[in-house]
Amino acid sequence: MSDEHAVIIGASHAAAQLSAGLRQGGWEGRISIVGAEAIPPYHRPPLSKDYLAGDKHADELLIRPATYYEQQGIDLVLGSRVTRIDRAGKEIELHDGGRIPYSKLALTTGAHVRKLDIAGGELDGVFYLRDLNDVDRIRAYVGPGKSAVIIGGGYIGLETAASLRKQDMAVTVLEAMPRVLQRVTAPEVSAFYSRVHAEEGVNIITDAQVQAIEGGAGVEGVSLADGTRIAADLVIIGVGVIPATELAEAAGLEVNNGIVVDEYARTSDHDIVAAGDCTFHYNPIYDRHLRLESVQNATDQAKLAAGTLCGKLEAYNALPWFWSDQYDLKLQIAGLSQGFDRVVMRGDSETGRSFAAFYFGGDRLLAVDAVNRPKEFMSVRRALGQGQSADPALLADESADIKAAFS
Amino acid sequence: MPSVKFIAHDGQETEVHVAAGTNVMHAAVDNGVSGILADCGGACSCATCHCYIDEAWQDRTGSPDDVEEQMLDFVMELKPNSRLSCQIVVDDSLDGLVVHLPEKQI
Repeated sequence: MSDEHAVIIGASHAAAQLSAGLRQGGWEGRISIVGAEAIPPYHRPPLSKDYLAGDKHADELLIRPATYYEQQGIDLVLGSRVTRIDRAGKEIELHDGGRIPYSKLALTTGAHVRKLDIAGGELDGVFYLRDLNDVDRIRAYVGPGKSAVIIGGGYIGLETAASLRKQDMAVTVLEAMPRVLQRVTAPEVSAFYSRVHAEEGVNIITDAQVQAIEGGAGVEGVSLADGTRIAADLVIIGVGVIPATELAEAAGLEVNNGIVVDEYARTSDHDIVAAGDCTFHYNPIYDRHLRLESVQNATDQAKLAAGTLCGKLEAYNALPWFWSDQYDLKLQIAGLSQGFDRVVMRGDSETGRSFAAFYFGGDRLLAVDAVNRPKEFMSVRRALGQGQSADPALLADESADIKAAFS
Repeated sequence: MPSVKFIAHDGQETEVHVAAGTNVMHAAVDNGVSGILADCGGACSCATCHCYIDEAWQDRTGSPDDVEEQMLDFVMELKPNSRLSCQIVVDDSLDGLVVHLPEKQI
């Protein structure tokens, strides 16, 4: 054992990968993961899906069981909040006054939910959805015949709506923009999700200006600016996240829409790396700086960060990808569609439940939203990873083999 | 508890014991068996938990569903006994299952 000590702040998806990556990369010193929650790193995507729907238990969410960390000599310091990073003294401070020295530090602090400043936001029965604990509390309000209002028609809001419908709740989704998923998909895809949710019995209201959450002892409903009032036993707010950069900022690290890292996941202090939702990083495939909220980025960046700490520098060059499961819909997204000027559709999104929407910027294929189309998703993932583009006519032609469309 | 034997590309064998109901991907990841990445955590969304079921066990593990089949089409070195390990649940009937790991995932 060397005297080195790698300390990872945030018991997140990235932390699980980073700690395992350190051992795989030959790190012989101590490794500690410090996390505010009481459990080892777990999969967050199922929180709004299978876990909320009651189809999964908490121990099934763990990325790896506690025994794995024991076997690998990785200390889990759980239920501990880090209050300060002392870069000069190379120590971190904990909420209870404890101090942990480090030789290398990794920030995998993730993101916080964006809070809505709204009347009634503090009532019992009003929740945000980010942590396991949030969903455990939400589940006490879930039951057949009860009603839920979800504020925010993004992926979290829609997944939550699907999970609650599965448990026979009356569900309304309020979206402030003219269509759901407006910031992340084409109008065709938004229209598809609106239709399916309507078919599944969800009441979607777009252009909704939420005025107040109403209630007495507990929440009773949500009122809109146009005078509409929707009854609710449960309100869930899902209006995005902000990167958790407070510690980095207070420590004087460069922060700009996330903790700024280079292609090796190093912050402006090269003894400190960062990975996952909290980072602002350069993506060579899209030639711009990005902040991504995804498991893919957490995993890929954490692998690099672990390599960096082990002295093996490898530059980030990963294609972003995402997924969202709702009802019988398996949405898989490869690439980033932002900046698209054209959408090519393959399959029928207007009446069916299986199609792919390919996004182009000029002649360049940017991304795909593939609903129940794993082949289209995987094709684009591979093609974009290899710098290929695609023939729009062949993409749109269902009779043509999808693989033939790329070159 | 049923056992699963993983045989890495370089021939190294690791035998693990798991609770019935655990999938093969978790059997590997939970026990630190390298060669299975499982980026999506078992949602059948990433195809990074590719494995080969030992031919003697192929009948008992069944065959992939449509989604898995389409994902498999893109793995490195697809073989007739290729599967995504997150889609195979180990129960007592699979006690002793032998799983071969590919040289690399995607």
